[in-house]
Amino acid sequence: MIEVKNISKSFGDTQILFDISAKFEPGKVNLIIGGSGQGKSVLTKCIVGLHEIDEGEVVYDSRVFSKMGRVDRKVIRQEIGMLFQGSALFDSLTVIENVMFPLKMFTDMTKEERAERAKFCLERVGIIDKDDLLPAETSGGMQKRIAIARAIAMNPRYLFCDEPNSGLDPKTSILIDNLIKEITYEYNMTTIVITHDMNSVIEIGDHIVFINQGRNWWQGNNKDILSTDNQEVIDFVYASNFMKNLRSKLINN
Amino acid sequence: MNLFEHIGKYFLMLRFVFAKPEKGRVFWERFFTEAQGIVINSIPLIGFLSIFMGGVISLQTASNMSSPLLPEYTIGYITRQSTILEFSPTIISLIVAGKVGSNIASEIGTMRVTEQIDALEIMGVNSIGFLMLPKILATTLFFPFAIIISMLLSLIGGWIAGVTSNLYTTETYIIGLRAFWDIDQHHLYYALGKTMVFAFVITSIACYYGYYTKGGALEVGKSSTNAVVAASVTILLVNYIITQLVLV
Repeated sequence: MIEVKNISKSFGDTQILFDISAKFEPGKVNLIIGGSGQGKSVLTKCIVGLHEIDEGEVVYDSRVFSKMGRVDRKVIRQEIGMLFQGSALFDSLTVIENVMFPLKMFTDMTKEERAERAKFCLERVGIIDKDDLLPAETSGGMQKRIAIARAIAMNPRYLFCDEPNSGLDPKTSILIDNLIKEITYEYNMTTIVITHDMNSVIEIGDHIVFINQGRNWWQGNNKDILSTDNQEVIDFVYASNFMKNLRSKLINN
Repeated sequence: MNLFEHIGKYFLMLRFVFAKPEKGRVFWERFFTEAQGIVINSIPLIGFLSIFMGGVISLQTASNMSSPLLPEYTIGYITRQSTILEFSPTIISLIVAGKVGSNIASEIGTMRVTEQIDALEIMGVNSIGFLMLPKILATTLFFPFAIIISMLLSLIGGWIAGVTSNLYTTETYIIGLRAFWDIDQHHLYYALGKTMVFAFVITSIACYYGYYTKGGALEVGKSSTNAVVAASVTILLVNYIITQLVLV
């Protein structure tokens, strides 16, 4: 479980996060949603330690990550897998080398064992016979899946996904969502997904944290969000005319 | 950010560069790959420039020697001294700063803006050490060999230019090359020593500008330019300081 306790973060004179607390449980897909510029990405970067927090604590299964030094953090970081918005695959490495990279850096596996594990992870995300391609030679959807394969190569306890659906067509988005959901349940991981995608919110949101104006504005699950009376959440979820009509029908029924 | 902030940040970065690598085998693989990519791949350019540079030095020396009191072998001697003391170590370093410096800054800068560096950090890799140490060490250790090749080719260039222009004979040129070598040979060590310093300056400054790139493609280009400018200026300053300390 990942727990954030009263965290605040400023950049210069601009405060981005205000006293945010939340719990993200294992075996659940935890979503962080909110409008652009509300602090979702900053919150996630604070949780993984890419930004240092000004106040509060970030706790990974009773281990206070935010107070650890670089060396101690390394242990936890090897338990983290992360899917970046732009996939962040290493350009100069082939598909299989990308997936083998964390294994090469942090395990004593032989080359054959690494290749076997990497192939297993790639097959798990549905990438077959693309081992020797460079990331630039694959599609956006494939890059996301390769990045997921790399993220799960080390059997992580915690999985972070930063806008996994951005730039993808609806069909591929659903595929990626389902993959994240399956992997989370299969490996009982604590998964945190940042998303704008309403389909993801409804489909995979076991626990949803709505960030607004740098604050934890609302929490619930994918059923609660459809019936909430929180005006900011309603404005966010039912922003389009299609969703507004859908809400009217839901209320009328 | 002002100059002093840059200098402070640069030295703070160096602290992480020289941290123990996560995995020795991976480090050595990268070390030799970088030696190939940065130094060995630059040798054709260095060789081409050196031959013509040596040729021009000897022709200009010959054209400026109007006094009959000066022996003809002086041309070879001056070509050798100019090549060893300044042209090969400094001018070639400046040219390599342009080629290699922009390459390194744009490579690391692109990794920064496409979140590849964040991905390394999340995995628990010391991204500064992982990306920079192999480049800096490989260049610092192998660049002097490239400069030795440059010196040899420059002297050959000087010989070809002078002999084909009938300015001196091969024998005279060789006498010039060997003249006063006993008392001047420490110049070679001085040149190779400063070459190592220049190599360190070129790669570490380029890595610094690349690593701290913020923004997108435009900023990667700016980092690349800034890296070349900063490395070139630093090479000239360091060259002056080393010369003042060692030769004066």
